[in-house]
Amino acid sequence: MKVLVCIKQVPDTNDIKWTENNTIQREGVESIINPYDVYAIEEALKLKKSLPDVEITVLTMGPLQAETMLRKAIALGCDKAVLISDKKFAGADTYATGKTLAAAIKTKLPDFDLILCGQFAIDGDTAQTGPSIASRLEIPQITFVKELKECNNGSICAVREIEEGLETLKVELPALICILKGVGETTRPKINGFIKAKNTEIIIYSMEDIGLTPEETGIKGSPTFVSKAFCPVHNRGECEICNDCSSLADKIKEFGGIDE
Amino acid sequence: MSNILLYAEVTKENFLHTVLFELAYKAQELAKKLDNADVSALLICKTGLAEEFKEAFINSGFNYVYIAEDDRLSNYSTELYSKIAVDIINEIKPEIILIGATTQGRDLAPRISSALHTGLTADCTGLDINEKGQLAATRPTFGGKLMATILCKTMPQMATVRPKVFKPAPENIVKDTKFIYIKPDIDHIETKVKFVEFVKGLNTAINELDSAEIIVAGGRGMKNEAGFELLKNFAETIGACVAASRGAVEMGLAPVDIQIGQTGKTVTPKLYIACGISGAIQHIVGMQESDKIIAINTDEKAPIFDICDCGYVGDVFEILPKLTNILKSAS
Repeated sequence: MKVLVCIKQVPDTNDIKWTENNTIQREGVESIINPYDVYAIEEALKLKKSLPDVEITVLTMGPLQAETMLRKAIALGCDKAVLISDKKFAGADTYATGKTLAAAIKTKLPDFDLILCGQFAIDGDTAQTGPSIASRLEIPQITFVKELKECNNGSICAVREIEEGLETLKVELPALICILKGVGETTRPKINGFIKAKNTEIIIYSMEDIGLTPEETGIKGSPTFVSKAFCPVHNRGECEICNDCSSLADKIKEFGGIDE
Repeated sequence: MSNILLYAEVTKENFLHTVLFELAYKAQELAKKLDNADVSALLICKTGLAEEFKEAFINSGFNYVYIAEDDRLSNYSTELYSKIAVDIINEIKPEIILIGATTQGRDLAPRISSALHTGLTADCTGLDINEKGQLAATRPTFGGKLMATILCKTMPQMATVRPKVFKPAPENIVKDTKFIYIKPDIDHIETKVKFVEFVKGLNTAINELDSAEIIVAGGRGMKNEAGFELLKNFAETIGACVAASRGAVEMGLAPVDIQIGQTGKTVTPKLYIACGISGAIQHIVGMQESDKIIAINTDEKAPIFDICDCGYVGDVFEILPKLTNILKSAS
């Protein structure tokens, strides 16, 4: 079975700081694999453990530096890594990103059985790229999945975590599945993983390689654009500081409508 | 004539999701800025169910409700629902489509926008019409550290909107709603995804937090399980629900279903007490609409103090047992 995991390099949002001009300071912020994409890799590795002949390819769209992240994925146990990189991809929204990744899959990795994505990326938090890829490839999708279950004869069961409870769906492959935080232990890279990561060739494709034009990708191919970015403001009055426990207790009673 | 279309989500238990009424009230406001555009709803459901919702639609100010009913639609299906939605949207050509940012909405919306080759703004917390008559959708990004207002160059302009961000109309807005039944064209579709089973959540924390009057939330500052026990005791004393920040969930102190914030739930209680929560904006977007906010934190410079009504600078491990005692003897 061929499993494709789409991953994204994101800035560690716990580490983001503001500049004096109210913009995000990007320099010096550490890049990590989007945590939800790590859960997707985990699910792929679980399949590899339980089924014969599973091959995992990690795919990302990003700058050339994303190679480091792909090598980390190889160290975790993935087999192949593909980087789609082109200056013309810059500024892509989820529509253009979905289109670009789908074009790469169609032209370069067409014989997949299962595509796994993280449910969200922690920088954009849109949850749209996975379904957008599935839509482009005209394959079914299952989102908000916390666990993959039995996988056989060309189909797979997935447990979705939705507002009202747990829904189990069964899908015929090929399909795309978006993974929430999964269950079970986190894989740590082993020594031979690092060696493999060092020796694995990262395959890089440009926009032309995957058959797209500048109008279809990046900022030009994106229907949405940011017209304004600003620091969040709150219109609550001044915070009143309580100096002792009993005045704080009084405030709790007052605000909470707790009777004495 | 422009037209705003809202997706009327049906829940697992066959109710209309309340986010529809929040969207409806907001959409009436947007419609005024669009030359009194029509506000319509799209309802996809099992045969006969629409009848039960008609009064709710009439009382929420809808001009039109487009209804696609079929026996195959009793469970939400990405394949069938997106096909029907795309067909109807192509027919009625709305300028704006708003969908609740629920799990169903976030599954469906990108599928529709891709098929229509249009833009979609995810999980918005603010909506407006700009001077050019375009939908200006505002949302938090970078874990909520930055707000971005997003415009769309193509039609229809689509957005998903987080539940509980907007308020429903304070009273009924009765309209002469027209109900239009459309026969879904799905007979030839053989779905690749099959429904296997649904297990209703045993943990009802989700619903409790939605209706809680008082919420006591713990963050990284609660440090360990003993800290969270103090928090639970305190919450119980004042009849509050317990919630957590992402930090506390990541530390394994609380389950993810009580997480408040951008990647968790949005809550609007009468009183929100943040204990050992620094106030990363990713948390704040989930609780800033609370009526009153009290914060307890050791760091007087913590951003949580910028958005609260009342604060206490000090150690939660010291103050919570004291508060519990005082309030216990009071009640």
